[in-house]
Amino acid sequence: MSEVQWPWQYNFPPFFTLQPNEETRKKQLEAWRDLILEYVKKTKTGIVDVQEADTMPLFCNAAISRKLSPEGIQAVLEMLHQKGNAEPVDKTKVRWYIYWHTLSEWADIMYQHAQENGLVNSVCTLYELINTPDKEFTGLNEEIMIKILERLQKDEKAELILSDDRSGSGVKFF
Amino acid sequence: MDRFEYCTFELAPDESIVIKHLTVRLYDGDNKTQYQRGELTLTSHRLFWQKEITLCLPLSYVQNIVEEEKSMFNLTAGKRLILFLSKAMPGKSLGPSASSSYDYIKLSFREGIQNEFLEALRSTVDAKIWTVQNKSAQQTKLREIKTRTGIVGIERNIVQKQQETSSNINNAFKDLNQLMSMAKEMVEISKNISNKIINRQGEITEDETLQFKSYLLSLGIDDPVTRTSCKSDDDYYKQLANELITALIEPLTSAGGTMLLTDAYCRINRARGLELLSPEDLLNSCLSLDKLPDSPVYLKTYTSGVKVLQLRSCEDESFVEKTYELVVQNTFVSVEQFAQLASVSLVIAKHRLLLAETAGKLCRDQSIEGKYISSATGDIFWTCTVGNIVSTCVYHDSS
Repeated sequence: MSEVQWPWQYNFPPFFTLQPNEETRKKQLEAWRDLILEYVKKTKTGIVDVQEADTMPLFCNAAISRKLSPEGIQAVLEMLHQKGNAEPVDKTKVRWYIYWHTLSEWADIMYQHAQENGLVNSVCTLYELINTPDKEFTGLNEEIMIKILERLQKDEKAELILSDDRSGSGVKFF
Repeated sequence: MDRFEYCTFELAPDESIVIKHLTVRLYDGDNKTQYQRGELTLTSHRLFWQKEITLCLPLSYVQNIVEEEKSMFNLTAGKRLILFLSKAMPGKSLGPSASSSYDYIKLSFREGIQNEFLEALRSTVDAKIWTVQNKSAQQTKLREIKTRTGIVGIERNIVQKQQETSSNINNAFKDLNQLMSMAKEMVEISKNISNKIINRQGEITEDETLQFKSYLLSLGIDDPVTRTSCKSDDDYYKQLANELITALIEPLTSAGGTMLLTDAYCRINRARGLELLSPEDLLNSCLSLDKLPDSPVYLKTYTSGVKVLQLRSCEDESFVEKTYELVVQNTFVSVEQFAQLASVSLVIAKHRLLLAETAGKLCRDQSIEGKYISSATGDIFWTCTVGNIVSTCVYHDSS
């Protein structure tokens, strides 16, 4: 896991205040989106909890004693949701899945991986997939992996075999 | 007894003998004294007691005269008078006793009191001839001083004039009507003061003199518009609006183009001096500013509801530019800092910062303490690199 390259905005105090001006806020939120996706990609973070988010270095810059307010975090996540980069786990919108690739992008990546590695028409476990070395999805959150595979299943490119014991779950690519 | 003085029986030029009485004894309060069987002489100013020595009591001490009450146990009743006296004056000449615990003396008449004497005493004390003569003596003294000439005379003249001036000022402030009638004198006095200030440039710095002069000049409207001099309310407000423009255009320009309505209210009333405007009249006349052709000033209401007078030449865009430049020079500012930098009031400072924010020129920074809101330039800020940040405005958000 390499160090996160903080963009210059991260050290700019107003970045952590949700801007009232619409134009300015739009640019601010875009900057946040780039930062968050870069961050979760580097740290392989799959789920963000709004209530715990202010302890994450992502939303809290101790060096300039600024942190993004819960409203700010909510606004950023809503914006990510619209772009397909985030999804609330349930209706309370406290926990969010964050996708640095959108689900359809992920589905393509997974299927391509299956084709390139001769996994088509054979069964492999989720554990196997997640622990494939040196891939972008290496160490991916299990729940997100299931979401990706569900998407593939919808397109009839794979079939998910879920067992009560998570580690026993597997997938068959078509 | 301490009010008595040793003296010789000599009358002053304006003193005259009223009545005499034989065989009288003096009492200090209730106590007998050694002064008995003397001759009592009442003059217009004093009461004398004579035997081997002469004592006298100035009548100015006498407060009240009472005949001693008759009673069954008091056999000497009807023979004594009680004289209640005021405190001994400091600096009186030597008398038979230095101090006394009593505030009264008694006169005991061996043969009983003669009614004539009692009445004469009472009427003499009541007449208070000595007070009249004291006054006239003082007046003659003053008259002598007035006729004096030379340096002392000139000095006295100056002192007298100063007293007149100060009493004029006092009178003027006692009554506004009087001030109206004295307006001319007052104007001259104020001119004198300003002349004196100019002459003393060495002592006061030139800047201060100039400042004071400009204050004097900026105050004062020669002929204030009044309601009675106008045909209708509408006319009145229009004329007032014209007056506002002439009176306020200069302070408005020097204040950077914006002035709170409350400030304008103070200024215009200060300038008018006497014919004061009500806040409502001012507001109405400000509203009619728009009806005037080519009015250089107009009334503006901020989103917060605060009303200001603004120069038409200063549009929002120019304020945004100015604000932006100021903030860029200082990297970031709070409202308080900005108010100082731009020399405007807090309300106006906040409004200008919000204006620049709305225009996308600044952005805000609100920290955990809720204290700061900061800003940077919209386009440049969000797309530039760290080195080029042309930020930020930090200001207090009261909301």
